[in-house]
Amino acid sequence: MKKLNLQELLAKNKFLVDDEENHITLNKEICTQCEAKPCIFACPAGVYSLKDGEIKFDKAGCLECGTCRVICSHPGAIDWQYPRGTFGVIYRYG
Amino acid sequence: MAEDKFTAIIVGAGPAGSTAAYMLAQEGLDVLLIERGETPGSKNMFGGRMYSNALNSIIPGFWEEAPLQRPVVKEIVSFMSGSRSVSMTCQDPEWLKPPCHSYTILRAEFDAWLANKAEEAGAILACGIRVDDVLIENGRVIGVRAGEDEIHADVVIAADGANSLLTEKAGLRKALLPGQVGTGVKQLIELPADTISQRFQLEENQGAAGLFVGTCSAGMQGGGFIYTNLNSISLGLVVNAAELQRNQIKISELLEEFKSQPQIAPLIAEGEVVEYSAHLVPEAGMNMRPELFGEGILVAGDAAGFVINLGYLVRGMDLAIASGAAAAKTILEAHKNNDFTRQSMSRYLEFLKKNGVWNSMENYRHTPEFLDTRRLYEAYPQFVTNLASDVFTIDDGKSEHLIGKMMRAIKSSRINWSKLAGDAFKGGRAL
Repeated sequence: MKKLNLQELLAKNKFLVDDEENHITLNKEICTQCEAKPCIFACPAGVYSLKDGEIKFDKAGCLECGTCRVICSHPGAIDWQYPRGTFGVIYRYG
Repeated sequence: MAEDKFTAIIVGAGPAGSTAAYMLAQEGLDVLLIERGETPGSKNMFGGRMYSNALNSIIPGFWEEAPLQRPVVKEIVSFMSGSRSVSMTCQDPEWLKPPCHSYTILRAEFDAWLANKAEEAGAILACGIRVDDVLIENGRVIGVRAGEDEIHADVVIAADGANSLLTEKAGLRKALLPGQVGTGVKQLIELPADTISQRFQLEENQGAAGLFVGTCSAGMQGGGFIYTNLNSISLGLVVNAAELQRNQIKISELLEEFKSQPQIAPLIAEGEVVEYSAHLVPEAGMNMRPELFGEGILVAGDAAGFVINLGYLVRGMDLAIASGAAAAKTILEAHKNNDFTRQSMSRYLEFLKKNGVWNSMENYRHTPEFLDTRRLYEAYPQFVTNLASDVFTIDDGKSEHLIGKMMRAIKSSRINWSKLAGDAFKGGRAL
């Protein structure tokens, strides 16, 4: 089977993106001080990326697992909530 | 809704929450079951298999109406080292006798069914609502807040999953530590039912379950899994989050790598990936247990850390269902005595002990620390596969004796024998 990249994998899923509210917000001042930035690697949906030395977060593919929240070692860097009711990933199989 | 007061508010319509709601509603209590997904199950995923006992004791004959995939007749455990592997298969037709020992399941349909059972029994199911906080008054939980709505109840059950924000907000648990959870990822791969049965050597719609240890997790604490559904395969990996925190390895790529291995690729060939999902898995058992009860609140299912992973066997859903049932029994008693104090809620532990959840968790208290041994994921799978490969390989008329082959496998694996003895002892005790 052909290897799939994350974009292709996430494209298989159904999402209802919340255009009004972010369920995850980053405190960029704290993130700047973090050298390891494990969120970039640990997130199974790859929603964290580094652009010009700054962490970017793209909620669109978030699978709401909470890995980033658990592995972030800088308290206050990630403000994490579940998306508002009905929004976010909608598993059709699970 | 704001003026109503319920006897119980249950947060999360997964197996724990819906079971509790079902049992309470059956006894005529006012129950509100709140789910943040647009339908129950739409936020839930797991590896793929539920053991039947717990549910059968609550809904006897459930298999006749529940949406199930395949009853599991075949168990496969594999050690992987690169493209080499050694597997053990156990097949037992006894497992097919109703209620059948275990079933593969898809959560979107199954969880929706179970929540619907609760609704039919009289519970109010409110979907698409995110609970933001618990309401606390004089140290006791008196309800929940969802947006601007405050909803009151005698008791709240936090059944909001592994990443339970509610238990943290209620002060029952500190933030999870990376070593306490695994990140699980899964791809659902569609294939015709016949093809699946042929590839796994299964009769008709019987199922197989496989666990993998070794290079599939790149030597990190974790492993792979495969489950046969009716016309799809659940294939995935679980890796401890502390490992993902320190090893710059992307689990999504690891899963693609796993798919391409010769042990897996032929099983899923020509299949179509239809979903990619991820979830946290509680891994520390009793060592991560939150306060299971407080004034006006109980914690059930994954939120309570009720998962057992033995490496060759993984349980979660049955413990969730049984803990939901224990929570319901606690509340029924509390309701009868009109006493929702901390002391009354502490009866939850008794009910957990009675239905086996507590003992199961207690018996495997030391397993998580045993599984946190890197040799299990690298050196040992390598040793076992090298040895087996050597045993089955003829070598140019040398006809070396088994003992010689063993010694060579030992040397090439660089296993420290005192460590092996120690691990064997720890493993014996932990499993």
